[in-house]
Amino acid sequence: MIPILAKTFLAPNIYEFVVGAPRIARKARPGQFVVAMSDETGERIPLTIADYSAADGTITLVVMIVGASTAKLCRLHEGEHLYALIGPLGEPSRIDYLGAVVMVAGGVGAAPIYPIARAFCESGGHVITVQGARSKDLVFWQDRLAAVSSRHILTTDDGTAGRRGLVTEPLREILEEDSQRAIGAVYAIGPPAMMKCCSKTTQPFGVKTIVSLNSVMVDGTGMCGGCRVEIGRETKFTCVDGPEFDGHLVDWDLFLARQKTYVHHEQCALEQSAAQAKS
Amino acid sequence: MIHKKQNGSTQRTERAVRATMPEQAPEVRVRNFHEVPLGYGPEEAMGEARRCLQCKKAACKEGCPVNVAIPEFLARISEGKFDEAARTIKQTNCLPAICGRVCPQETQCEERCVLGKRFEPVAIGRLERFAADYERQRGRMELPPKAPPTGKRVAVVGSGPAGLAVAGDLVLLGHEVTVFEAFHRPGGVLRYGIPEFRLPKEIVDCEVDYLERLGVRLELNQVIGKSITLDELLKVEGFHAVFIGVGAGLPYGMGVPGENLGGIYLANEYLTRANLMKAYAFPQYGTPVLRGSNVCVVGGGNVAMDAARTARRLTDGNVSILYRRSREELPARAEEIHHAEEEGVELKMLCAPIEYLGDERGMVREVRCQRMELGEPDASGRRRPVSVPGSELSLRADLVIIAIGSGANPLLTRTASGIELNRRGYIVADPSGATSRPGVWAGGDIVTGSATVILAMGAGKAAAADIHRYLSGLSNGRSSSLAMEAAGS
Repeated sequence: MIPILAKTFLAPNIYEFVVGAPRIARKARPGQFVVAMSDETGERIPLTIADYSAADGTITLVVMIVGASTAKLCRLHEGEHLYALIGPLGEPSRIDYLGAVVMVAGGVGAAPIYPIARAFCESGGHVITVQGARSKDLVFWQDRLAAVSSRHILTTDDGTAGRRGLVTEPLREILEEDSQRAIGAVYAIGPPAMMKCCSKTTQPFGVKTIVSLNSVMVDGTGMCGGCRVEIGRETKFTCVDGPEFDGHLVDWDLFLARQKTYVHHEQCALEQSAAQAKS
Repeated sequence: MIHKKQNGSTQRTERAVRATMPEQAPEVRVRNFHEVPLGYGPEEAMGEARRCLQCKKAACKEGCPVNVAIPEFLARISEGKFDEAARTIKQTNCLPAICGRVCPQETQCEERCVLGKRFEPVAIGRLERFAADYERQRGRMELPPKAPPTGKRVAVVGSGPAGLAVAGDLVLLGHEVTVFEAFHRPGGVLRYGIPEFRLPKEIVDCEVDYLERLGVRLELNQVIGKSITLDELLKVEGFHAVFIGVGAGLPYGMGVPGENLGGIYLANEYLTRANLMKAYAFPQYGTPVLRGSNVCVVGGGNVAMDAARTARRLTDGNVSILYRRSREELPARAEEIHHAEEEGVELKMLCAPIEYLGDERGMVREVRCQRMELGEPDASGRRRPVSVPGSELSLRADLVIIAIGSGANPLLTRTASGIELNRRGYIVADPSGATSRPGVWAGGDIVTGSATVILAMGAGKAAAADIHRYLSGLSNGRSSSLAMEAAGS
């Protein structure tokens, strides 16, 4: 059983959990993920690690409610326990780019991108962060990201905070301004459509673009193949070959289609869980 | 004279006919996940056990990978001494309730049965199951005596049949055993792979509980190679020996176009969702699984049968098995094929998928197949399937399950130094399980490739014996044959 040491409301439907997991904390690296289960009957939910401290023996997870399983997880309180936490899984980010990197965080993607941005910052890299959200109240960890960035740009779809518009606009401008070709890589982490658009935006500039795919998974150890994606026409397993891939090589249509496999199930489970919550 | 003759013919009839096993009727069982064969009662078991000829030279025993004392346990059953029968089996097989259900007896002990030359062989598997179930249901799983503690610690990686066998033997010899399991529930393939209707999970729970009562420690949710590396087990965590029994957990696809469309599962995922995650009880259990109305399962082994029979229970639609060879070559057990057909699974033989086509949402809707015919035998001795030109056909499918086998999962070996692998990524080990690295043994599917529960268990037992020699200071924990190979190369 994994103790929940702290739970914080970050934004509507988005919560931060700090959990006690010394073994995972000791091994965790930026870009890796864990598989979490709220209870014995729950789904195995892959979550990218948002922060970790080997010294405290803790890891931080940011969970957005997208279905019945994440809703159940987010109903757990400080002092309660997760039934299971497995990790760290997946390959860590490669923090070996010299020069500048652009970190594009879409919505809840601010959480998984944070330890990667921090690692680049600590390795002496120049970090430019573009953080986007639909609206002001959905923005979180702006201060944390700003602290590890030499430049931080905020966008909201509705213009309630920062610049009005999508993250791809400042991203394009940054690349256009980069006449010296100082930018070695772009990281884009967020909803699939946002990662796809960022990859399309950077493609003409020929800048290496890394995305972190949140495929549907079961075991997270390469055993089931549920998370398979096509990268440059080759089949890869997100859990062991990823979760980070070259955004220019991802077959996005296939990825988006596979992500929608259980839409009907999700609806049914949500309705049932809502009915249970009422009664 | 007449009397004698009558007696003789009665005896022959008794010998000739195997006691039938009661089963759930097909139309009933396709609506539930309960076990299909219901097991012998005491009378049936005693009658069946009496069919045994008690051969002096027991060929059946030689046909068993762990040499269970078959005539002896059958004699105990025929005498009505069921607990003794269970104890007799357990001298060499620590998982009889499981093996009695999932072993391919028809190619092992029962194939060698002398009675089988003229009649049906003795139902050794069913009787093994009976003895084990009798003992378990009476709550008489007695703990055998344990050797005094040796102070030696053994890590077992993987809680499938190989790992459980190693743990069971070593804990009795006084060693401290910790089993590491990546999933949240123990049992490996017994848990995630074999469906409830073939192996009730209550039995797996019971076997694991028995090991825990013996003192085996279980560490769930630990992915060795990720959470802890093999090197750390030996150098940081202080284990004196490690056994690797992680199975063949890397599913194969066929690489045909469209294979990654939505609605196409590799069998491991489908079965894990259904068995481990209990997706058949969605949404009481949080994990969903697609049910489909036209289901195609690709492959002809036991996994394909398990997947098809699971699908049969989850849909009222059509379930077909596509296999590229003919019925005679089906690698699945005859019993599984029979059960699948009884349940309405259609076998489409000599048929191989060549492309999957999707709908506008990217979900599979059609399997394009090619008719095959059998050519010359290949390396495996089976006749090679050859495609028939111009014989393409199209099948409607909204759920496809690919069950064509699996390979070695590199998660552990990738971060482990000094472990020799073969070309296909399996661990090289000698017959006692010793690997190229001193203090590390391996067994089961990660050494042999996909095989059976009993072979994995047998490998576990051999390794346990060798690990014990090593921990007792009687061997250097190194494979002598591998060391010689290394020196020679």
